Amino acid sequence: MAILVLCDHDGSALGAATLNAVTAATQIGGDIDVLVAGQNIGDIAAEAAKIDGVSRVLTADSAELANGLAENVAPVILAIADNYSHLMAPATTYGKNIMPRVAAMKDVAQISDIISVEDADTFKRPIYAGNAIATVKSEEGLKIITVRATSFEAAGTNGSASVVGVDGAGDAGLSSFVKSELSSSERPELTSAGIVVSGGRGMQDGSNFGMLEKVADKLGAAVGASRAAVDAGFVPNDYQVGQTGKVVAPDLYIAVGISGAIQHLAGMKDSKVIVAINKDDEAPIFQVADYGLVADLFDAVPELETELN
Amino acid sequence: MKILVPVKRVIDYNVKVRVKADQSGVELANVKMAMNPFDEIAVEQALQLKEAGQADEVVLVSVGPAQSQETIRTGLAMGADRGIHVEAEHETEPLAVAKILKEIVAREEPGLVLCGKQAIDDDSNQTGQMLSALLGWSQATFASGVEIAGDKANIIREVDGGLEHITVAMPTVISVDLRLNEPRYASLPNIMKAKKKPIDAVSLADLGVDASPRLSVLKVEEPEARAAGIKVGSVTELVEKLKNEAKVI
Repeated sequence: MAILVLCDHDGSALGAATLNAVTAATQIGGDIDVLVAGQNIGDIAAEAAKIDGVSRVLTADSAELANGLAENVAPVILAIADNYSHLMAPATTYGKNIMPRVAAMKDVAQISDIISVEDADTFKRPIYAGNAIATVKSEEGLKIITVRATSFEAAGTNGSASVVGVDGAGDAGLSSFVKSELSSSERPELTSAGIVVSGGRGMQDGSNFGMLEKVADKLGAAVGASRAAVDAGFVPNDYQVGQTGKVVAPDLYIAVGISGAIQHLAGMKDSKVIVAINKDDEAPIFQVADYGLVADLFDAVPELETELN
Repeated sequence: MKILVPVKRVIDYNVKVRVKADQSGVELANVKMAMNPFDEIAVEQALQLKEAGQADEVVLVSVGPAQSQETIRTGLAMGADRGIHVEAEHETEPLAVAKILKEIVAREEPGLVLCGKQAIDDDSNQTGQMLSALLGWSQATFASGVEIAGDKANIIREVDGGLEHITVAMPTVISVDLRLNEPRYASLPNIMKAKKKPIDAVSLADLGVDASPRLSVLKVEEPEARAAGIKVGSVTELVEKLKNEAKVI
């Protein structure tokens, strides 16, 4: 068995979720190759070569691959797909964009967002926003899989894989990249942060997120939000934790003014320790919280910041 | 330009999903069903393009049992022009749906397919990308901004770190994300009007698509429940617990 893992990256650094996808591949077993597709990706390939358990890093380095357009990356994977029993990618927006395109062209049913490897053919994945877990088996010769990063430990980085170039497939001429508007933040990235402080509709206004940021900075935490807070325009969508946003599983998740809608719980209930601060003692968030504090957040959050001094 | 919008009938997003005791799936009997919320956003976008004079017909297609016609009616009441119901008694995987949609595209020749980024039942997030690949078209997933400009579409995409702007060649498949728009409610007169709008029924045999499942679902179970926690009386107590009991700060 040989497994290809598609490397997530932003053009300059390896996407952390790649490490978790490699761990999932290791649990299946077999030789693991990592494909880095992009332009001027030497540094990323060098990072990928250090991932434990990886045999080879394949690099497709070409101008049309620079911005990860699915129409151009998918054919690179297709060209080498027959060498593998499993094609895997982290279930990031990058992986989710590309892998179904590969699956359709290989006439294979994709298994999305796996949370465990039962054996080489059988996987568990959440359905209905994580309210049910399906065990799914594929008997196809090729498995195409995306991996939920928070369900697998990150692989170590003490390896030394060889780096081999592979061909690009040319520009499909269907799409072009214009620009990206990435949120710049000094804080850790939401999906890989050890502590996340999230605000909900109870924050009442975007400017009140400043209170959460102060607490987050004391804790070295990332700041997140519920869909309700995003829909209300308090914060941008990339803050969103939930079924329709990001799935996080930090050591500590602090939910402030979040009622705990099913769709939000789906994105954070695998956190190790959950704290809820809400003035409504009936709020469903308290059913998943290890520590609940029934209080007005406008009193409790500044107090929390002071206590953390 | 004609716009094709695939719509799926799913358990209403407000309903608490229950797993069947025999672990064969989730309970669908006597459960409130509705149009997949992301598909509603796709319908709304199609209607806005039509109202802006950039499209002249909005056609809905749904793959599923007879009751899928109710989902199509919902979209017709929002303002879509007509529907196509592809009869499928068994659950269809995204790859099969993409193949079915490819055949519908061949018959209808739309200039644009607008779909939801994922259905909230199987959470697969595959169909749009697969359809695009089968058609050899461009794809624009997770769209939060759509502007049609002649033979191109300018798209804003929701990506992990923020937003990405891309330009795609038309015809294209666009999968829509939450913030693109707020779907309208159907007015009573429009609900009445929708009853007279045509829905064509098509069988899988008509389309020549093998929609049999490739994956077997061995079991469906409840997720592990979290153990009940405690209520703390004060911020001081909370910080003390986090430091000394949970040891996370």
